[in-house]
Amino acid sequence: MEEIRSLMGGFAVAMTWVNLALMLAGVSLGVLIGVLPGLGGANGVAILLPLTFSMAQSPGGATSAIILLSCIYWGALFGGAITSILFNIPGEPWSVATTFDGYPLAQKGRAGAALTAAFTSSFVGALVAVILITFISPIIAKFALRFGPPEFFSVYLLTFSAFVGMAKGSPFKTITAMMTGFALAAVGIDTVTGQLRLTFDIVELLAGFDFLIAVIGLFGIGEILLTIEEGLEFRGAKAKLNLRVVLDTWKELPRYWKTSIRSSAVGCMMGIVPGGATPASFMAYGLAKKMSRDGEEFGTGKVEGVVAPETAAHAAGTAALLPMLTLGVPGSPTAAVLLGGLLIWGLQPGPLLFVEKPDFVWGLIASMYLGNIVGLIVVLTCVPLFASILRVPFSIIAPVILVICAIGAYTVHNSIFDVWLMIVFGILGYIFKKLDYPMAPLVLALVLGDRAEDSFRQAMLGSQGDIRVFFSNPLVGTITGLALLLLFWPLLSKAIAIARGGNGR
Amino acid sequence: MDGKKPVATTRTAELVMAGIFLAFGALVMWDTRRLGASWGADGPQAGYFPFYIGLMIVVSAVVTIFRALNLGERGREAFVEWGQLRMVLQVMIPTIVYVALIRNPWFSIGIYAASAIFISFFMWHLGKYRWVRILPISLGVVVFFFLMFEIWFKVPLPKGPIETVFGFN
Amino acid sequence: MTNRSFAKGLLAAVVASAFSVLTPAFAWEPTKTVEFIVPAGTGGGADQMARLVQAIIAKHGLMKESVVVVNKGGGAGAEGFLDVKGSKGDPHKIIITLSNTFTTPMATGVPFNWKDLTPVRMLALDQFVLWVHAETPYKTAKDYIEATKKAGAGKMKMGGTGSKQEDQIITVALEKQTGAKFTYIPYKGGGTVATQLVGKHIDSTVNNPIEAVAQWRAGNLRPLCVFDDTRMPYKDKVTKEMSWNDIPTCKESGVDTDYLMLRGIFMPGGVTPDQVKFYVDVLEKVRQTPEWKKFMEEGAFNQTALTGKEYADWVAKADQIHYGLMKEAGFLAPGK
Repeated sequence: MEEIRSLMGGFAVAMTWVNLALMLAGVSLGVLIGVLPGLGGANGVAILLPLTFSMAQSPGGATSAIILLSCIYWGALFGGAITSILFNIPGEPWSVATTFDGYPLAQKGRAGAALTAAFTSSFVGALVAVILITFISPIIAKFALRFGPPEFFSVYLLTFSAFVGMAKGSPFKTITAMMTGFALAAVGIDTVTGQLRLTFDIVELLAGFDFLIAVIGLFGIGEILLTIEEGLEFRGAKAKLNLRVVLDTWKELPRYWKTSIRSSAVGCMMGIVPGGATPASFMAYGLAKKMSRDGEEFGTGKVEGVVAPETAAHAAGTAALLPMLTLGVPGSPTAAVLLGGLLIWGLQPGPLLFVEKPDFVWGLIASMYLGNIVGLIVVLTCVPLFASILRVPFSIIAPVILVICAIGAYTVHNSIFDVWLMIVFGILGYIFKKLDYPMAPLVLALVLGDRAEDSFRQAMLGSQGDIRVFFSNPLVGTITGLALLLLFWPLLSKAIAIARGGNGR
Repeated sequence: MDGKKPVATTRTAELVMAGIFLAFGALVMWDTRRLGASWGADGPQAGYFPFYIGLMIVVSAVVTIFRALNLGERGREAFVEWGQLRMVLQVMIPTIVYVALIRNPWFSIGIYAASAIFISFFMWHLGKYRWVRILPISLGVVVFFFLMFEIWFKVPLPKGPIETVFGFN
Repeated sequence: MTNRSFAKGLLAAVVASAFSVLTPAFAWEPTKTVEFIVPAGTGGGADQMARLVQAIIAKHGLMKESVVVVNKGGGAGAEGFLDVKGSKGDPHKIIITLSNTFTTPMATGVPFNWKDLTPVRMLALDQFVLWVHAETPYKTAKDYIEATKKAGAGKMKMGGTGSKQEDQIITVALEKQTGAKFTYIPYKGGGTVATQLVGKHIDSTVNNPIEAVAQWRAGNLRPLCVFDDTRMPYKDKVTKEMSWNDIPTCKESGVDTDYLMLRGIFMPGGVTPDQVKFYVDVLEKVRQTPEWKKFMEEGAFNQTALTGKEYADWVAKADQIHYGLMKEAGFLAPGK
């Protein structure tokens, strides 16, 4: 097969000692970046770009340069899970869904298992995405082109439907939380009309509410406040600290093969479209909860609840590189910076990149395989190290976490206002938890709100207000139909049960 | 003081929170009058979705208020006890002071110095550590962050007089 | 320290400071990391250019201190502009601007005006090209406009970046000039717009050359005309048949509309001429590098690069032009 030969050529390009060393460096740096909420993959890549500028001048240098940068990206994808699991603080937006079961697992003393599951599923997700890129990239590039505003809206609707109906407790509190998320997402400039909404002439609100600030506050700070109510320690400090935990968890993971496959598919689709890794992780978690046998127990610390979002996030993050390379459309901020890198090195992303620079493209694809393997080895060997952080006494680690949160919030817009905002969200998070307001719908609405609204209104502009556009072709019709089915599934299943019950008697 | 005594009942907390949401929802709805909240010729106007979002917040908050009034026995349970609140405030107040120290209109000392003070205070006050342990940890953490953000990743964070002395500003 | 050496040190310090005051020949130089603000998100045209400038400065060692690019794109760039406005007198901050310097305050009423900033220099002007899908029958701008008129008002979809910004201004100007009526659909980034056109979700775009060139070369898009009064000078073949120079101006095609977008650098208000001169010189060196020249050619930029008063005059004039265009289009915020 043509692709296999090209890929082997790619391995030959990527498998030099220099490149392997760059991978190791890149992944380690990426993990560090992923752990700290203040630094994202985009930061790391942006800072190293100038460095790669001279690297790219030497023959084969562009490949080395992108290997270094993309490995930072893989590292960041791996690293985001660590603080989510240990402290309920998502290091990156796509690891929010990982906190839902990862953190309860850690509290039960199974931090090692949660970390292993997260890293391994990340690897699986990425592997599936890379295989897809290797063999059917022309087909998926065409698939991505079919996504216009109605299709994007239907995908967001699907994400949303996959996730709702999860919360227990008062449905009105769920509505309140979710709508609050949508309202916060609407703050700032409206893409379609260019009007300012809900800013009330406050300069700090011009840029809108950043997802990361809300999440650090609600989850991270809120959790610290709840913890301290109970006394001065983190639960789960007695986690086992050896590499045995990796092997034990691996024995458990094959049981979740259905979830892995489903999440990989969700992730790849969301990455290619590109709909983003964060919605992908939410969608995969929601679907897993709905379809798994243990679905009811999700949120109490199920390994499967870590597998689902991590697989999807990593698959999406990896697959997002494809639209970047073939269409020049970045699927994430990090991909956007990488895209800038390509241009600076004199490479033009687009349909012709595969034809004109096969060495570069296949070198990059080969490095995706190698980079992820290197990444997995690095993070897995560090599992005991990461888990041991929980043993640090609370009165040392708590202030350090708070400092990290403050830095993280500040760096989003370089503004102290955001740090105050984070504290407000922290207090909100504490009250929410105590009064049983669910936080996940708020966060999801905040992520999806403006994107969904933009694509809905773009679609309406295009169809001149005709709502039937969401069923105007088989692709969008299928996705919308699926979304509606999922949305009304609880009602439908009840109706079916009643009908059956009636017939039975 | 009795640590088990409730500061507020669950009912009060529910009412206050729902009241805040009610006001928030109303605020959202009020702002959309300016933007136009109807369905125009080519789809919804800028205020269309926010209007209904605001409306739903208001409605659900009202329902929550009614439910809170009829909570019965559960409503009289403690939302938070004095002992718990004291612990929470022991974290909250230093954190607020910490953020204020980072940058304020009068005397800002920057994020690094503030972090060092914050970590030290926390360890001293809550952890009862001795200074031989406090100083290396708090300074070490801060120096690490400084290297990480200022030197390696060139992420500019707020700095104060101490950094200026060393030539970083 | 003995008294004597202390006195000596003091004397040296006094002499040194007096020297620096009296002889401005000692040019100003940054003493710390320079923040390079991009009033737009990552990956866009302004962002790419800023990152290129940063990379060139780093590679050729044009400055002792380093430059960091900071994206502040909130509120259609208002976030970035207000930040620079608020940093009056800070010589360690520069900002790259696009047309939103003019349009954002006009459209949103955010309290900001380019006069709050100090103009440093123009780097280049960005062109706009009318693009359609390669599989459509339209060979000239005139064909397309006629087809738009024939199809009826609002049937043809024009995609662009943002609302009430350059792409929509051009669309409105085009409509005024020809009487055709488009439905304008705003997206968040130029790359997305080009892809949407390739996927036939819209009928045309006014993408910058660099946003659409890859799809042009791949045979997916067709350029109809460039919104400038002269053709682009680049004669190297981009596709098999055409160079940038082969694209006619819109005026030639009977659609008399032109628009160029500023890619220029500003500093906060209240900085000294010395400080401005430093950046003017550094950026001049940037412009001389082969990397910059290559980038200019790939993106088919108009390489006008004014400095000093000429630049300020150009900006003032552009501000007026934008005011006129925005007013005509009905895009001004209430009270503007």
